[in-house]
Amino acid sequence: MSETPIIQVRQLTKTYRVGDVDVQALRGVDLEVSRGEFIAVVGTSGSGKSTLFNILGGLTPPTSGSVHINGRDLSHMTNAERTNLRKDTVGFVFQKYNLLPTLSAEDNIKIVKYIGGHDTEFDAPFKEVLNLLGIADRLKHKPRALSGGQQQRVAIARAIVNRPAILLADEPTGNLDSQNSAAVLKLLKDLNERLGQTILMITHDEEAAAYSHRRVHMRDGQLL
Amino acid sequence: MILTLVGVSNGTLHESARRARGTGADIFFRPPGTSVLSSLSSSPMSDKLPAILANEPHVVLATGTIVQPLELFDSITGFDMDQFAKMSGGFRFVQGGLPVQDTDLIVDEPYAREKHLQVGSTLNLISHQWRVSGIYLPGKAARICVKLAVLQDFTGNPHRLSQIYLKIDDPDRAQAVVDALRAKYPGYQIYTMEYFTSMLSVNNLGLLRNFTYVVIGIAMIVGFIVVFMAMYTAVLERTREIGILKAVGSSSGLILSMLMRETLLLAILGTVLGILLTYFTQWLMLHVVPNSLVQETVYAWWPIAAGVAIVGALIGAIIPGIKAVRQDATEALSYE
Repeated sequence: MSETPIIQVRQLTKTYRVGDVDVQALRGVDLEVSRGEFIAVVGTSGSGKSTLFNILGGLTPPTSGSVHINGRDLSHMTNAERTNLRKDTVGFVFQKYNLLPTLSAEDNIKIVKYIGGHDTEFDAPFKEVLNLLGIADRLKHKPRALSGGQQQRVAIARAIVNRPAILLADEPTGNLDSQNSAAVLKLLKDLNERLGQTILMITHDEEAAAYSHRRVHMRDGQLL
Repeated sequence: MILTLVGVSNGTLHESARRARGTGADIFFRPPGTSVLSSLSSSPMSDKLPAILANEPHVVLATGTIVQPLELFDSITGFDMDQFAKMSGGFRFVQGGLPVQDTDLIVDEPYAREKHLQVGSTLNLISHQWRVSGIYLPGKAARICVKLAVLQDFTGNPHRLSQIYLKIDDPDRAQAVVDALRAKYPGYQIYTMEYFTSMLSVNNLGLLRNFTYVVIGIAMIVGFIVVFMAMYTAVLERTREIGILKAVGSSSGLILSMLMRETLLLAILGTVLGILLTYFTQWLMLHVVPNSLVQETVYAWWPIAAGVAIVGALIGAIIPGIKAVRQDATEALSYE
């Protein structure tokens, strides 16, 4: 693992306005993740782990504090800069898969390459990854023709197709049965070990977190 | 909808003009107090007038008719069958022939088709029972024709006429003949057939023009709203998809550009489908109501209808599209 943390978070806060009420979702979070690490952030619903996920992924800006991803400071980024960050620095895997329903599995992956400004053809190493994920023969199918486990594997392929510095996974097994959950977690672990992919996984499930190298716990917007 | 309404407006009037030309007459002679396009519901001219007019210079033939309006667009017309045959070249029958008995009538083929009439069929018009003696090809002045004297008698207008058709020796001199007749018969409405048929267009009929424009205007507004709402809802329902695109690094410009291109393609396909549908409605009218409405293809309105569809679709798509791309990606992703 590299000496320089790929994720460096200092005194991160996030406050949402819900109606007339301010909700403090994050209250001074400090976190460091090394390159090539597989870390699990474990917490119950409302603990702030999804907010942390959204900020680390540049989906929403922080209220205060600093966030460095691969050496880039997110806290002062404009919306457009955060959009650029999402193109190739961060890959996402969501609980609800979030595949585009009108596109085939293959096009769901290729559109991310297109948006990232890359050639949309799959190279040989990525075809290996598709084989590893077990979806090479399901690429022509639309998401509705795929099982939950297959959809999540397509989502993983989509998340890493542009070789992002970090892969963020938000409850990746939340919609899957135990068998598919185990398969997906094993795949994430494989990707981490074989490709050295840095992974930060949000979960409420200690069993899922056990696949990671390190787990940190969150409660009430703070890391314990 | 827009193209169908425009097509029906034009088609119905042009069909009337075609029938007027089918009389073979060069000049149209109407009683005082009527206008070139007013419907005829009375018979104020004497039936001695055609004989007088036939003696006018250049007039080679004059024949009078009486027109009795029926329900909706229909009317029954009384002809001097021999004179009318000389003027128009005669009816071309697909079944049967000219009326023999007083209560015989002849109808054109679209009317017969719509009313399911055959030679020998009977029908009740103006409180009399009629027998169909012939069915002729359309385009000859009227859809329902009977003997002149019979209709004069049945409508209580003996020896009266509604209008007179004149044939002259040189059609190129029709206007000069009209001018001479107007000078001699002041007050009578006298027109060349060319002028009369040219007046049978939407733009030349004041009230009909306004009515048509109102109907078409409503169709355009309704069409716009339908397309707008359809696209608005379609894009709103895709807020989550827009959120996904944002999450994977798509810029707002790229998302809107994709959305607009897709919308444009849909609007063009919708327009093509709409145009094809007008051919279907044409076929439907031709086979279901051949007597009542005639729909034409009005090519000039294709770009207008396409404009309504494209502008409506683009505006309908851009509003929720901009709303979605302005949202935080997390908000867009949580849209259900």
